[in-house]
Amino acid sequence: MSAANRPTLVAGLVAILRRDLLLAFKRPGDVLNPLFFFAIVSTLFPLAIGPAPEQLVAIGPGVVWVAALLAMLISMNGMFLGDFEDGSLDQLILSPQPLPLLALGKTITHWLVSGLPLVLVSPLIAVTYQMPFDTIGVMMATLSLGTISLSLLGSVGAALTVGLNRGSALLSLLVLPLAMPILIFGARTVALAASNDVVSAGIYFLAAYCVLGLSLAPFATAAALRISNE
Amino acid sequence: MTELLRGSGLTLLRGDRCLFRGLDFALHAREALQVKGPNGSGKTSLLRAVAGLLDLEEGQVTWRGQPTLGHRQAYCDELVWFAHRLGFKADLTLVDNLRFEAGLRRTRMDRFDEVLERLGLGRLTRLPLRSLSAGQQRRVSLARMLLADARLWLMDEPFTNLDAAGQALVLELIDAHLAEGGACMLASHQPIVLQGTLKSLVLQ
Repeated sequence: MSAANRPTLVAGLVAILRRDLLLAFKRPGDVLNPLFFFAIVSTLFPLAIGPAPEQLVAIGPGVVWVAALLAMLISMNGMFLGDFEDGSLDQLILSPQPLPLLALGKTITHWLVSGLPLVLVSPLIAVTYQMPFDTIGVMMATLSLGTISLSLLGSVGAALTVGLNRGSALLSLLVLPLAMPILIFGARTVALAASNDVVSAGIYFLAAYCVLGLSLAPFATAAALRISNE
Repeated sequence: MTELLRGSGLTLLRGDRCLFRGLDFALHAREALQVKGPNGSGKTSLLRAVAGLLDLEEGQVTWRGQPTLGHRQAYCDELVWFAHRLGFKADLTLVDNLRFEAGLRRTRMDRFDEVLERLGLGRLTRLPLRSLSAGQQRRVSLARMLLADARLWLMDEPFTNLDAAGQALVLELIDAHLAEGGACMLASHQPIVLQGTLKSLVLQ
């Protein structure tokens, strides 16, 4: 009977990345929603507070980071919802590919679709806050590391709450406390960069947080998915 | 005949209700096992527990003599799951959906065209799955089973949404699978007739 080879781990990862990116491409609304939210929230602040440059420079890093965090929170809820509802989750759990690998694949897609666009759009927002040019690089670096960590945290939270009816409120409660260090270090590092202080400590912290998430979150997500899918 | 799947002393509670207690069954190669019982008797739960999607209160399921809990990968490598929720993405085409499966498990992509032709899906490859009828979508799910190089088929209500020809086709496919040395466990309340060995397990 046995004539086909078992697909490799890489083949499994590529397959789920390909499928989820294709799905995101077919439903651009889901992708653009967090991006619009991010852009709107961060452009509304200057309108409400007033265009004084020193004020904008002072609040800029904080506003960009809060908007990015909230935009990521909005997008987290749907990470496993579709798979749970149409039975794909059963198929993923019952495939011989390790579930943490598939969970990692879904998390990577989530970041590519929800996190990366925020990072790419952020320089435009930074300009409206009169951020100096060299600060923009630091902001993009912290946002990249921070959004990856948020996607990883979100995958654990979304996996835990996917079977619940009103999971989204609970999801925010679960994820926000763990996301606080990211927000604090991210926003502070950008503020330090704006006042020409040393920024490496903050970036190291965010990188460490990201690596920690990368090594633990896929396993936690896989365990949570098995429980939620019962 | 080699014994493939065995459940011993299976007990499952849902909430404070006991669905079954101390249930035993064995499934050999070239055999099918039909789980019967009225609605709500726990047919689907039994299948999900056997697959490893639900935790049992007591008892264990073994595959080729090894408990499935500790040897999940070896077990999943040889099983394919067919249920009411198909596990396909409605926005993607049949080809995209089935190609994704090839990344998950051993798949006979060399048989691809032949299988689609056999199931009458040959002309539907370019359409998103949501534009197919419910019965056609079930047929795509059958295509997954035929393409998967799996020894054990777990099927929950395989006849829903299928026309008479489709139902006959399912039976025919199961028979062919048994003849190749496979095994099939299916939950269905309707009487079925197979050429091969058919055992049954009745839940109260």
